[in-house]
Amino acid sequence: MIRPDAEVSGRLTEAPSGAPPIPRVDVDPFSNEFFENPYPAHEALREAGPVVHLDKWNVYAVARYAEVHAVLNDPLTFCSSRGVGLSDFAKEKPWRPPSLILEADPPAHTRTRAVLSRVLSPAVMKQIRDRFVDAAEVKIDRLLAKGSVDAVADLAEAYPLSVFPDAVGLRQEGRDHLLPYAGVVFNAFGPPNELRQTAIERSQPHQAYVQEQCQRHNLAPGGFGACIHARVDAGDITEAEAPMLVRSLLSAGIDTTVNGLGAAIYCLARFPEEWARLRSNPTLARNAFEEAIRFESPVQTFFRTTTKDVDIGGHGVREGEKILMFLGAANRDPRRWADPDRYDITRKTSGHVGFGSGIHMCVGQLVARLEGEAMLAALARKVATIEITGPVKRRYNNTLRGLESLPITLKAA
Amino acid sequence: MPTIVFIHPDNRSESIDAVVGESAMQAATGNGIDEIVAECGGNAMCATCHVYVDENWIGRLAAMGDEENALLDGVATERQPSSRLSCQIKIEQGLDGLVLRLPERQV
Ligand code: HEM
Ligand code: FES
Repeated sequence: MIRPDAEVSGRLTEAPSGAPPIPRVDVDPFSNEFFENPYPAHEALREAGPVVHLDKWNVYAVARYAEVHAVLNDPLTFCSSRGVGLSDFAKEKPWRPPSLILEADPPAHTRTRAVLSRVLSPAVMKQIRDRFVDAAEVKIDRLLAKGSVDAVADLAEAYPLSVFPDAVGLRQEGRDHLLPYAGVVFNAFGPPNELRQTAIERSQPHQAYVQEQCQRHNLAPGGFGACIHARVDAGDITEAEAPMLVRSLLSAGIDTTVNGLGAAIYCLARFPEEWARLRSNPTLARNAFEEAIRFESPVQTFFRTTTKDVDIGGHGVREGEKILMFLGAANRDPRRWADPDRYDITRKTSGHVGFGSGIHMCVGQLVARLEGEAMLAALARKVATIEITGPVKRRYNNTLRGLESLPITLKAA
Repeated sequence: MPTIVFIHPDNRSESIDAVVGESAMQAATGNGIDEIVAECGGNAMCATCHVYVDENWIGRLAAMGDEENALLDGVATERQPSSRLSCQIKIEQGLDGLVLRLPERQV
């Protein structure tokens, strides 16, 4: 599908003789209009060709499953160290010191990745599982007592905030910086539009908070943060690297699951038949969450940069070009998925790219699934109906897809 | 096409035709073996593709890497000396007849 090919020349219309030009698509995937309803544009992007050019931001893009999967799985050709946003670190100063894992290539990535994957391993999940499950049940009991709630603020945000910062080992004070900080991080992957510029302008206090909390003396023993710092003593990472890896958890570990949980609840509220199936079999909770990640793709996009001239589906793309990967469009590509626009809690979801794929595939995926499973299982056991009772408002972010507000009423089972 | 024999938790055995070069996980999920969940899609990150390799076969598989070894500590059912992650078993002609037992749970 995608093979490095030094002989292929040209950009856009200067493709090699005989090769069709790369289709140009007039879509701004970072506009409010697109955020409101990305699906017609996703389809147009997929149908236009295996690779397209977005004139608005002068960037290439892939939206079909095969090409997105192939780009994700060829990190030597499609690198992350020049940034996984639109900004090219080879040409522009990054807005913050680059991530040692997300924005790194092998072999540097291999070393830091090994540290985080041990800190967030299946064995560690077994240890924290009961706490996460208990907290989900307590949360649902409280929400049932209130009846009418906002599924975003009171549930999708409140639940991760009640378990994740404790699991990392953060201090109580200042936690209200966490969601705004993540909002900046995910807006900053986008183009220099208003969302990105405003976010970065206001980021200073949030950055100061995060930097301070990543220091060893601020992290409670036994938490993920302390476990990362302990790897300094083992000689796996340096003292300067440890706080940066804690920062990765604070950047990527909360707002993502907020939007993942929000997606799942929004799906279950909209598709009563699937909610009924979940209620009759709460062991489907984990897959119902996974399917919501495929269906809504809370992390919509990431970029790569080409390290050499390459051939993508018969089109030549030069070295040093940014490639935008539409994870959300790949997750609904009819070439890969039967009935892709249907939310089906028994679907075989393995292979979706909502958590990415390949060496950078989400290192926190087990934490996300634990939160999702715990919450949906608690809902399935305790709640009879989820009814949307007010206007559903979308939240605009350059990378994250999710809601600002989802007013619902819960009735006890 | 090498044949792989999967033994379900209820001792029912099921033979499938695998393709050389794919993983035992891909062979299973492509043939409706539901006990292989493979949440991470074969990226060696989830440990939900756990199998017990038949004792006559365990010594004939390529040795496991550090990542697989660490992940196996977190499998849902008991880890045994015969435990492997099926996404890390690459199908070759020499594995024709490989017998893999499926655990009761993956999560
Ligand atoms: C539903 C929730 C989540 C979604 C949809 C999600 C999505 C993703 C995606 C798509 C990537 C790939 C980035 C790339 O290829 O460039 C990624 C990487 C990453 N995620 Fe997540 N994530 C979620 C939750 C989490 C959690 C809970 C944590 C931390 C505990 C986390 C930490 C990370 C880190 C550190 C990386 C970088 C990994 C690397 O570059 O090797 N994520 N995530
Ligand atoms: S499929 Fe995830 S570890 Fe094998």
